[in-house]
Amino acid sequence: MTTRTADLSYLNNTTDDPVGRPPLVLGGRTFGDVTNTVCGIVENPRTPPLWYVFFGLSLSLLGVLGAMIAYLIFTGIGVWGLQSPVGWGWAIVNFVFWVGIGHAGTLISAILFLLRQKWRTSINRFAEAMTIFAVACAGIFPAIHVGRVWVVYWLFPIPNQMSMWPNFRSPLLWDVFAVSTYATVSLLFWYMGMIPDLATIRDRAKHPVRKIAYGILALGWRSSNRHWHRFESAYLLLAALATPLVLSVHSVVSFDFAVSIIPGWHTTIFPPYFVAGAIFSGFAMVVTLIIPTRAIFKLEEIITLRHLENMAKIMLATGMMVGLAYSTEFFMAWYSGNAYEGFTFLNRGFGPYAWAYWIMVSCNVIVPQLFWVKKFRTNVVLLWIASILINVGMWFERFVIVVSSLSRDFLPSSWGYYSPTFVDVLTFVGSFGLFFTLFLLFLRFGPMIGMAEVKGVMPEAHHGRGAHGDYHGDVPTDRDGMIPVKAKREVVQ
Amino acid sequence: MKSDKSYENFVFPRWTNLLRPAAVVAVLGGLGYVTVLVWLGFSPHAVEVGYQPVQPVPYSHAIHVGQLGIDCRYCHSTVEISAEAAIPPTQTCMNCHSSVRTTSEKLLPIRESYATGMPVEWIRVHDLPDYVFFNHSAHVVRGVGCVSCHGRIDTMEEVYKVKPLSMGWCLDCHRNPEEHLRPVEFVTAMDWVPEKDQLKLGAELRQIHNINPPQDCNACHR
Repeated sequence: MTTRTADLSYLNNTTDDPVGRPPLVLGGRTFGDVTNTVCGIVENPRTPPLWYVFFGLSLSLLGVLGAMIAYLIFTGIGVWGLQSPVGWGWAIVNFVFWVGIGHAGTLISAILFLLRQKWRTSINRFAEAMTIFAVACAGIFPAIHVGRVWVVYWLFPIPNQMSMWPNFRSPLLWDVFAVSTYATVSLLFWYMGMIPDLATIRDRAKHPVRKIAYGILALGWRSSNRHWHRFESAYLLLAALATPLVLSVHSVVSFDFAVSIIPGWHTTIFPPYFVAGAIFSGFAMVVTLIIPTRAIFKLEEIITLRHLENMAKIMLATGMMVGLAYSTEFFMAWYSGNAYEGFTFLNRGFGPYAWAYWIMVSCNVIVPQLFWVKKFRTNVVLLWIASILINVGMWFERFVIVVSSLSRDFLPSSWGYYSPTFVDVLTFVGSFGLFFTLFLLFLRFGPMIGMAEVKGVMPEAHHGRGAHGDYHGDVPTDRDGMIPVKAKREVVQ
Repeated sequence: MKSDKSYENFVFPRWTNLLRPAAVVAVLGGLGYVTVLVWLGFSPHAVEVGYQPVQPVPYSHAIHVGQLGIDCRYCHSTVEISAEAAIPPTQTCMNCHSSVRTTSEKLLPIRESYATGMPVEWIRVHDLPDYVFFNHSAHVVRGVGCVSCHGRIDTMEEVYKVKPLSMGWCLDCHRNPEEHLRPVEFVTAMDWVPEKDQLKLGAELRQIHNINPPQDCNACHR
């Protein structure tokens, strides 16, 4: 590994050179360096004290979540702030928020893979893990919001003595299938992609428990050519399977609203609007998480400034789409000439929830405008703050959609103002506890960067260092899946 | 092999190949076991049917209905006009038992009840959950026989449950009422058999009485 110099300008790989692609791994690293860096985090016998601090905090919040759910189950749904006419409150807001966050992981791992975006390799594992944990958080809310959690199996078409069957015309049921399919495919994709890296950790393990634990997790991976061949095929298939899910899952989530007749929900732009918002919020969450992680674990040479800049560009694009959706909604409210629709949107912008609406607009539309400027895109601190603001804004987007539409519908006599209770608030805060607990465990015990994939986009992976006309025959690989230098020489000759 | 250090790493030993078929068997067998257990074991057919509590007085429907031929409505007098088929008050028993078997030991609680005015604490056999609204009169006046839900009461010494009374069981009839309709005058007859094909008769009766059993949630869960 090259020694770090005081001059850190080499870490900036954001300048486009028309002659060649900028490197995605900096610091003149070799394959071995990448393995050492990523595995070093997992193998470090001393857990960083900061990890314990964060883990303790997350675990406490997880406890809060458990306590709030227990309180809810034993007392009833009345502990939340739900009151007629607002029958959907924070639970659904949080559900949509967390599901949306997951989408960036799938986009990075599936769509960017199919589009041959090589820069995805440094961040895809990380983002996929985020997807899994976000979907886990999302899954809690619909399950507990039914009130009688012990009959939550009624959501699934299981033959029973009540002859009761889910209503297949209901988008809420489509949601059950969309989200459970999404969770399954994401989990498979994440785990399968991790197998070669788990095998690397297994092979480097010293302690017998680690040897066996990672050995079982690696499912007997030995880096044979046949293994790689099947792995690549399966990965491609799963990517193709996951790609439509990026679009379909949040479209179905949007149907929960769009299929109803409430003004402010009943709009045809909801599916693309929701998908854009989901990717927007997901990338914001990836950036929020990855900036401190790369700083703490010193991964600036693998998760480079260029990666962050690319994500800023995606946030700019999706943020603009979301902004377009906001203005389209307003335009249609006026253009349709529908009095209820018109009222709903004026009420959003200037009614009792105007504060939430303008938080949403400022965070989701105004903040991303910063990313037009390269200086801001490559300013890590600014990017981090902006990503948090976008997370806040995207939560408020769901709040505005769910609550402001319900609180004032057709009948003025039934209007109301929704306020959450402490249980609502602490359940949401607690869900971050679950998210971060899982995430911190992953950072400590799992390969947070797809080593095998990162190596694949390094110049060393191509004979003649990045030149075309690579040799693609059978090359004996060593147990890390790397082509030994000796073999490479033979091949080149 | 031992000299080659790369094989010191953990790989699955050969015997673990057995785990693959074992896992398949465990998963499929486990699923099958759970399915059968829930299907047969937890079914109302298993847990509800046959329920026969010990009553404070061993009242024999077999004697009163089967041998003596007392009509159901003599005691359960509200069945045609009310949601509930009334449990008779002690006075109804005493209509006869003030002169019949006046010294029977088994009837002691009845006489005590009559003397003190405290009702006999009969134990309900056919007890639906509180969130279910079942109306006896709606069924009886349209020709759903007592026997369809309660079985051959006239042969029971003490009453027990013969039908599961589950939601699926209710819906079976609400979806195909023809199978259980009879002329209204025979609703309380225990041994009535249709003179012609039950389905044909049921279809005719359905038309006459304009029977369209509701299947929406609100029908029973109000």
